[in-house]
Amino acid sequence: MPPLLQVENLRVELAVRGGAAPVIDDLSFTLDHGENVSFVGESGCGKSMTALAIMGLLPEGIGRIASGRILFEGEDLTTATPARLREIRGNQISMIFQEPMTSLNPVYTVGEQIAEVLRAHQKLGHKAAMETAAELLDAVRIPNARSRLNAYPFQMSGGQRQRVMIAIALACSPKILIADEPTTALDVTVQAQIFDLLRDLRRQTGTSLIMITHDMGAVADMADRLIVMYAGRKAEEGAVDTVIEHPRHPYSQGLISCVPHIVANLTEERHDLTEIPGIVPGIAEFGQDCCLYASRCPKVTDQCRTARPPEKPFPNDQTAACWHAEDM
Amino acid sequence: MTETTQLPPIEKARSPLSEAWEMFRGNHAAMAGLIVLVIIILGAIFGPMLYATDPFDMVWAPFSPPGQDGFLFGTDYLGRDLLAQILAGGRVTLIIGLSAAVLTVVIGVTVGALAGFYGGIVEEFLMRVTEFFQVLPTLLFSMVIVALFGASLPMITLAIGLVSWTAVARITRAEFQRVRELEYVMASRASGASNMGLMFGVILPNALPPIIVQSALMVGSAILFEAGLSFLGLTDPNITSWGQIIGSNRQYILESSFTVTIPGLAIFVTVLAISLVGDGLNDALNPKLRKR
Repeated sequence: MPPLLQVENLRVELAVRGGAAPVIDDLSFTLDHGENVSFVGESGCGKSMTALAIMGLLPEGIGRIASGRILFEGEDLTTATPARLREIRGNQISMIFQEPMTSLNPVYTVGEQIAEVLRAHQKLGHKAAMETAAELLDAVRIPNARSRLNAYPFQMSGGQRQRVMIAIALACSPKILIADEPTTALDVTVQAQIFDLLRDLRRQTGTSLIMITHDMGAVADMADRLIVMYAGRKAEEGAVDTVIEHPRHPYSQGLISCVPHIVANLTEERHDLTEIPGIVPGIAEFGQDCCLYASRCPKVTDQCRTARPPEKPFPNDQTAACWHAEDM
Repeated sequence: MTETTQLPPIEKARSPLSEAWEMFRGNHAAMAGLIVLVIIILGAIFGPMLYATDPFDMVWAPFSPPGQDGFLFGTDYLGRDLLAQILAGGRVTLIIGLSAAVLTVVIGVTVGALAGFYGGIVEEFLMRVTEFFQVLPTLLFSMVIVALFGASLPMITLAIGLVSWTAVARITRAEFQRVRELEYVMASRASGASNMGLMFGVILPNALPPIIVQSALMVGSAILFEAGLSFLGLTDPNITSWGQIIGSNRQYILESSFTVTIPGLAIFVTVLAISLVGDGLNDALNPKLRKR
């Protein structure tokens, strides 16, 4: 049986002034049934682009898949017809967006918006769809679900709207749910609730989850596997525990040491929190034959500046794209 | 835990539409316009039934002033009852105004939606076509159409529609370009909506407010346009419209000005009422002006 989702050597190019820049450069990974893979990395590292590429929603005329394959249950999505992609979207693969405040259509009630997906993909009648919508709202723990069906998005809080988005995404019991920074726009207590909700729903439905986030705490808590992206390339991949325990890419080390509660143990002496100096290079600099992290790396050598590091395999299915990964 | 918490009753959800109506009701000028408009529409529908004088019948001596000899608005140069003509003409005027506006909106929204949604070559082509229609001298063009294909009601409507859809198309395109980029459109796409579904189910409802306002104003300008055409004699002689009454009485404007002023006032009041309603709609539907 093929893995649920297999991405092979994916290269996505964005049209920029003076040519095409690879925002995703030679990315491969697999997602198994019921697995939770998390993508982490700073803004502008190609995490969201990966999600959009899988959904077939790259910005038209600007972004395109230059090479590589995205196999969903053995079917290549990069060559699928638009009609076939529409069938899959929202039905077998669905997505939750970053901004719950603006991701719901303001002129329809939330009930209608959930029912719309059910009507489109499962051919339910109006009444049955509304009935299911009420159950879904209840499942995402919105109190008084039935009466909230008639609420408009502006009458709900950010957390409630994100719950509605989750209800829409899960309406057709998709095989893959992509959550693109689902909690970035929410305040901290609500973030925890949304993560709890996602975890519980995943347990109940067996949906595979691709989670894109900045929140290393949530990753440590929820994910099975972790992919660290940097400047469109995969810096490191491995089981969450392995990577957090022993990161082999200096960028992963930097990300982990930025977060207090992963290493903090109150009985131990606490380290100072460090930051990663510098910023992600501009998109025009992507795709060079060197390690793109070199300008920020504390362990940089000449080799890093002249050749792109290959992905080196390590025990426990860990890989890291760093010339010095063995020494870490 | 045997106790169940009693949740407070949820405030009944108010739709954006009912909120807009609330706004509209608070606008006195718009309400006045609406009331006048309703009276005019009722008069046009029921007037000819209740006042059963044939507008083409010669009923009295010509140029009988208003209020005399039992004729509220007097008689015109052929001795026809002006009140009956105004009532019958109101029907024609409103029908032309309304159907020309509908035609305008159908053409304009379709062109604007396709151009705004697809962009690229489609937009380029459609907007050049729009510009072509925009630079046509409107009155001359519609006169040519009516003169070529005959002055029937549908032809006049078509002529007005053809020269005035460009404004709606441009507004629709602009709104589509704005809404197309919003996140909920992407979210709808992500849940499998088709292009048609996105255009007319997702984007159009959000783009509607300025289009509604423009269409309301279109009715007014279509009425004025029809009056202009009829004044020039480009009209079906077998039907009465307000513009036509003015046109046929224009030679006698100095001796008995009421034959021209009364239909003129009717046009003025109707268009004013429509403009007030359109303005009120603009305020009510524009979220930036809405007080929460």
